[in-house]
Amino acid sequence: MKYTILNFLRQLLLTLLVVFTVVSLVTLLIEFVPGDPATTILGETATQEQLDSFRAKHGLDRPAFFFTVNSEKGFQWNGVDNRYADYWLGLLQGDLGKSFRTDRPVLDMILERYPSTIELALVSMLIAISIAVPLGVLAGKNKNSLIDNFSSFIALLGISLPTFVIGPFLVYLFAVKYQIFAPTYSGNPEDILLPAVTLGAALSAILTRMVRSSVIEELGEDYVRTARAKGLSESKVVYKHVLKNGLIPVVTILGLQLGVLLAGAIITEKIFSWQGLGLLLLDDGIGKRDYRLVQGCVLVISVTYILANSLTDLVYRWLDPRIRLS
Amino acid sequence: MNRLTYIGIAIAILFILAAIFAPLIATHDVTVQNLLARYAMPSGEHWFGTDSLGRDVFSRVIYGARISLQVGITVVTVSTVVGTVIGAIAGFYGGWVDKFLSGYLFNVVLAFPGLLLAIAMVAFLGAGLGKLIFALCVIGWVGYARVIRGQVLKVREYDFVQAARALGASNMRILFTHILPNAIQPLIVQASLGMAGAVLSEASLSFLGLGIPPPAPSWGTMIEEARGLDILYNAPHVLFFPGIAIALTVLAFNFIGDGLREYLDPKQRKR
Repeated sequence: MKYTILNFLRQLLLTLLVVFTVVSLVTLLIEFVPGDPATTILGETATQEQLDSFRAKHGLDRPAFFFTVNSEKGFQWNGVDNRYADYWLGLLQGDLGKSFRTDRPVLDMILERYPSTIELALVSMLIAISIAVPLGVLAGKNKNSLIDNFSSFIALLGISLPTFVIGPFLVYLFAVKYQIFAPTYSGNPEDILLPAVTLGAALSAILTRMVRSSVIEELGEDYVRTARAKGLSESKVVYKHVLKNGLIPVVTILGLQLGVLLAGAIITEKIFSWQGLGLLLLDDGIGKRDYRLVQGCVLVISVTYILANSLTDLVYRWLDPRIRLS
Repeated sequence: MNRLTYIGIAIAILFILAAIFAPLIATHDVTVQNLLARYAMPSGEHWFGTDSLGRDVFSRVIYGARISLQVGITVVTVSTVVGTVIGAIAGFYGGWVDKFLSGYLFNVVLAFPGLLLAIAMVAFLGAGLGKLIFALCVIGWVGYARVIRGQVLKVREYDFVQAARALGASNMRILFTHILPNAIQPLIVQASLGMAGAVLSEASLSFLGLGIPPPAPSWGTMIEEARGLDILYNAPHVLFFPGIAIALTVLAFNFIGDGLREYLDPKQRKR
């Protein structure tokens, strides 16, 4: 028990350290933007007054960090009144700053788009499950058979084809050739299917393999022999006993893989013009050089990903004592 | 080694040969546009057809291998060197050095979603081949460092290392002439998987418009250009060929990596 708590605290500390590093990184990376953000946003024709007021509004006239080191003045202490400390103070109050372009709070812009990304991730997860569980069970039950090889092949395709290849191919097949779905989001509920399959392809491939090996492992357990000896039908053995036990780790990990999907949705959102967080980052953030928005999006996406991974790790340790001990 | 590994090696050799001899293999200039020959279907003149600007797709796919290989080799080499040095230091010195490096630094880099870090860096630093390679190295080195650290931890306890120490060899001599040569074998596996990762990341970033700018024929850029609805309607092969090229290359290096891992570590051989 003591061991578990200690492990938990270690994991928590590490997660906090990672989040701290991410925040530091996004705040300090903006210093490396070639040229000056004010000129980039306002253009070459802006007056000195406009530039100054833009810089003052977004804190760009203040020192970047607690200290500066340059060849002219050497080491210079700037005190606590700096942009790095500002960003942290704002962050602790739930403020991600204001967009360079629209002047709107970055947090509002992100919260507006986040639900679409979550929706996409959830649907793609559902699709991944509904492909992977039946396929994995069939493959595991009939190890080394034709169906097993077929499912391995499908899984291999899902893993090796990148999102940006699968997506346009699906668009070609289902939107251009057979015209079943719209190529990009048009407001109909079924428009989510193509992007969700694209995003969920890799997950369903990984999941199929997990379910398969889980089923094979469980089929060798004593309780399966008992169930068979009782005279239960093979399908009852598999679906009632084996699946129940074999799916515990799969499903738990899956639930937490949501974070990974959220972070991975950037490319899918671009392919299908899905108005989520990834497209906000690409089009409004990077495309329009709205660096404050880029900071916010990168921060939110990576923190989601990091928290999801840490949680997965924790739950996995809890589920599998062999990992806990090593 | 299993059959898939040999298939992987064969495809990888084809890919490398295509990249090296691209000027001899390519049938057309990759940037020359011919608006009279747009959307041509595959034929004797244009083996893979032409794209929306009338450029020869076959030649662009061949030259695309060159970009992928260039990025892949540079990223893998730099990441291997940096990762080996840092991993060796962590494993050899142990103590607080190791606590900081493997306990903090490795975990931080590993915890970050790799592609997002690359996107963020390119967004702030600007696009271009050099910056792209830099960003991929920043996320890439840690895999090698972790492998080397584990190996060094194991090898430094061997008798011959103790013997060298007893003979009065310096730390550097022990690390570089005794420990490292015996620790680098698993790096081959990592490098092969790293190659697949780098090729994929380059294509992903170029697809997002954050990698190698057009008109350079990066496979990612080609797919981005080929996914317009009018192209999909008129000439789906423009999408098909670079897509197959990426998938085969990534698959090949993954096969090689997995195959070598099994070969080098009999415990992992399939049951």
